[in-house]
Amino acid sequence: MSTTIKDTQKMIEEILDAYPEKAKKERARHLAANDPSGQCSTCKVKANTKSRPGVMTVRGCAYAGAKGVVWGPVKDQITISHGPVGCGQYSWWSRRNYYNGITGVDTFGTMHITTDFQEKDIVYGGDKGLDAALHELKELFPLAKGIGILSECPVGLIGDDIEAVSKRVAKEFDIPIVPVRCEGFRGVSQSLGHHIANDTIRDYVLGKGTLEKTTPYDVALIGDYNIGGDAWASRKILEEMGLRVIAQWTGDASVNELGIATKAKLNLIHCYRSMNYICRHMEEEYGIPWDEFNFFGPTKIYASIRKIASHFDDQIKENAEKVIEKYKPAMDAVVERFKPKLEGKKVMLYVGGLRPRHTIGAYEDLGMEVIASGYEFGHNDDYNRTYPVMKEGAVIMDDATLYELEEFTRRMKPDMVGSGIKEKYSYHKMGVPFRQMHSWDYSGPYHGFDGFPVFARDMDMTVNSPAWSLIRRKK
Amino acid sequence: MEFDTEEKMKTIRIKDHNELFQEHDYLEQFKNKREFEAPWPKGKVNEIAEWTKTEEYQEKNFARKNIKINPAKACQPLGAIFCSSGFDGTMPFVQGAQGCVAYFRSHLNRHFKEPLAAISTSMTEDAAVFGGLNNMLEGLENAYTLYHPKMLAVCTTCMAEVIGDDLNAYIRTAKEKELIPKELPVPFAHTPSFVGSYVNGYDNMMKGILSAITTGRKGEPNGKINVIMGFDTYTGDYHEIKRLLKMMGVDFTLLSDASAIFDSPNTGEYKLYPGGTLLEEAMDSINASATIALQQFSTMKTMDYIRKEWNQKALVLRAIGVKNTDFFFEQLSKLTGKPIPQEIEDERGRAVDAMVDSHPYIHGKRFALVGDPDQLLGLVSFLMEMGGIPVHIVCSMGDKKFEEDMQSLLVESPFGSEAKVYAGKDMWHLRSLMFTDPVDILIGNSYAKFLWRDTGTPLVRMGFPLFDRHHLHRYPIIGYQGVLNLVTMIVNCVLEEMDRKTIDTASFDVIR
Repeated sequence: MSTTIKDTQKMIEEILDAYPEKAKKERARHLAANDPSGQCSTCKVKANTKSRPGVMTVRGCAYAGAKGVVWGPVKDQITISHGPVGCGQYSWWSRRNYYNGITGVDTFGTMHITTDFQEKDIVYGGDKGLDAALHELKELFPLAKGIGILSECPVGLIGDDIEAVSKRVAKEFDIPIVPVRCEGFRGVSQSLGHHIANDTIRDYVLGKGTLEKTTPYDVALIGDYNIGGDAWASRKILEEMGLRVIAQWTGDASVNELGIATKAKLNLIHCYRSMNYICRHMEEEYGIPWDEFNFFGPTKIYASIRKIASHFDDQIKENAEKVIEKYKPAMDAVVERFKPKLEGKKVMLYVGGLRPRHTIGAYEDLGMEVIASGYEFGHNDDYNRTYPVMKEGAVIMDDATLYELEEFTRRMKPDMVGSGIKEKYSYHKMGVPFRQMHSWDYSGPYHGFDGFPVFARDMDMTVNSPAWSLIRRKK
Repeated sequence: MEFDTEEKMKTIRIKDHNELFQEHDYLEQFKNKREFEAPWPKGKVNEIAEWTKTEEYQEKNFARKNIKINPAKACQPLGAIFCSSGFDGTMPFVQGAQGCVAYFRSHLNRHFKEPLAAISTSMTEDAAVFGGLNNMLEGLENAYTLYHPKMLAVCTTCMAEVIGDDLNAYIRTAKEKELIPKELPVPFAHTPSFVGSYVNGYDNMMKGILSAITTGRKGEPNGKINVIMGFDTYTGDYHEIKRLLKMMGVDFTLLSDASAIFDSPNTGEYKLYPGGTLLEEAMDSINASATIALQQFSTMKTMDYIRKEWNQKALVLRAIGVKNTDFFFEQLSKLTGKPIPQEIEDERGRAVDAMVDSHPYIHGKRFALVGDPDQLLGLVSFLMEMGGIPVHIVCSMGDKKFEEDMQSLLVESPFGSEAKVYAGKDMWHLRSLMFTDPVDILIGNSYAKFLWRDTGTPLVRMGFPLFDRHHLHRYPIIGYQGVLNLVTMIVNCVLEEMDRKTIDTASFDVIR
């Protein structure tokens, strides 16, 4: 075992000392020193297990994964937060899944619609109210292409039968009414919510849309939620390659696109974590191959373009080279402009989904090094994809707590941290440059050729803001 | 983006989403994407869009009973956490599913742009079956060992409430098992999300904390006044009340001082507990000579408890607007025997002077308001003092009492005669009202910007949450200084709008 790995392991042990015995033992399994070669047996983390009570996990819940991530962005269906008022309020338009349409008329993405459970609903059940709510919504929003019922905790606890209500009303309305059993207490994180949402797409809308013609170049863009317009920037590249994106899941998605993805020749998945389930299903049931790609930063974009093109004929391969050739000068110019200001800067990441590994290349393009990375709700397969792209001795953390993040920061002294809103302001107080890597800090897109200049600009302003130097520290 | 030459790239302005997606390439992409969306014909969409603005639609909209659309309302535990985080060294501790706490924290982070620590017991399926005792026990031990709080303030999510967790027994067990010190204060409050809203959560937690930590501490009167701000998310208000009470020479205890945690100075150090109401002072609050609350709806049970159990005088004094602030100082002076100092009288004079100066732009203007009950009562009172005409008053978390209180306020002024009060209604109701009976100005939180977009009515951002404008919460809206801030915000919103509307006309004035 190398000294870098040993040093990191020692640091981890010291940090863990603050925990009570049981929590310490459990948390020890989730923190590791990285070994890209895969030979070190103690260098792997355990993932997707329950968070310890009381340690201050950053994680959310199944509802957040199903409503906030997968179903919420589907623009022309109404998403009901079924249960008490809070969940829908706190997740109201916070993920910036951009879409085109007239909100409240043919699209509903920025609306907070809830059955607002009262005590009587808990006592007598909420099914009757739900039935009535669906009818009221149909009256007010006749152009809705579907209605999703996203369950909050009480619905599952009191034993409501939202499936029965959905089935009955769907027949009456002739649009999909999708019951999504994503009660927040299910599973250990957002992750199960993604899976449940995938399953309901499969069961209620997949294979049902209309597409007049197909071509050999039809692809579906999966696992891109169009945060700050990411999916649009990715789509642009695919279209320039000569591919036809027949479905975009689920950023700026329509219910129809959820239906017709089964007609694609290839599923291209960006956020593996949240949508691999449906890709596997389409592979098994419809024989559609799928491939992962990474549109963060030029190095990964070029490689991904070539990888995607390899599934198609020479024409597409030729187009791919042309696209790369077209954008390379601009990408080089971005690197030339920002690399001198960011070279050698150390980055710590603690995010979700795909970002803890997918953004590493983009940072490296700018000469930055990711010294620690972790997932809120990753599984083993996420970590297996991460170990090889991180340096030896880097910190890998799973379901990190506020305490651990603070300690790693104190000891490793990153030049910037990329994490979420709950972490952001404690880093501001510490005077550590910080960027929200869930929402792009209200910037974006970060995907694709149009996204990279924005990414580079944002990292520069984060690391190099003169405001940081004004903080007067106590001596 | 134009990427012609490398040279150009060095000087070109990088385009983010604000500009990028208005470029030709993207507009084409959006047009072409429609092929896969099975969209409604544009004519149909326009027809429905117009229909949503009609009386007929409004009637349907108001007929709904079972669904809320864009309500200005959130659940109890948010208020409980907000309340407990204002006590020094206190860690909010939430028994229930963990996603809720992630949401509470991020919601408050986004409004204040400040960190907030809060604990969840991460209950999952097994807790749903067996109850949350184990989660509570391990949670208390871990939280105490790792984060060293002086107090753990427990509230609940709806999960713990539905399965009926016995907080009192669980906490007692944790102490018996010596997982946490016996002397550690662990007050609790049941805060079901399906009852009331965060104003009630605040109230329940405050009562829970006060009743737990003052037990057995009745002693010599300390001559102080207790002050409870209620669910007030203006950190400026906390600084302001402290300034005013000091000016008056009143010895006071601010019960839950949220300004410490939600407006802490940047010192290059992250402090988990940057201050707040000292626990010793909070424990002694039972011996104060009186308690005043600046909100009523978020302090009902607490004030009732203080009156009955502490035998203290407990007054609600809303200090928004001139008359309310006048009454606040009169009562405070009466309670304490301290005269109102000339400096405060001068502040009043300045605030009134500003109102007089700005009145032509507010008098006769028609307003729609949406927000929290106490703030609405304060704002409506203030608007009528300026000759403003409240028209639509929507309070999603309002109840019958709110409706009655607002009605009795409205009948006091001739400017209140046009107003209608909508308790329990939401911003989709308000959208209808604003189309069928348009107003000049809208007052509401950041989510009211959708109404601004749909109806073109200028928006003065007030209340909670304020996500899309920075630092507004740092400016007080209470007291005479608050009056000055309200006048400034409202009149300048009117003037901005005037500029926008007259941009190509002769009326584009410089002097107003």
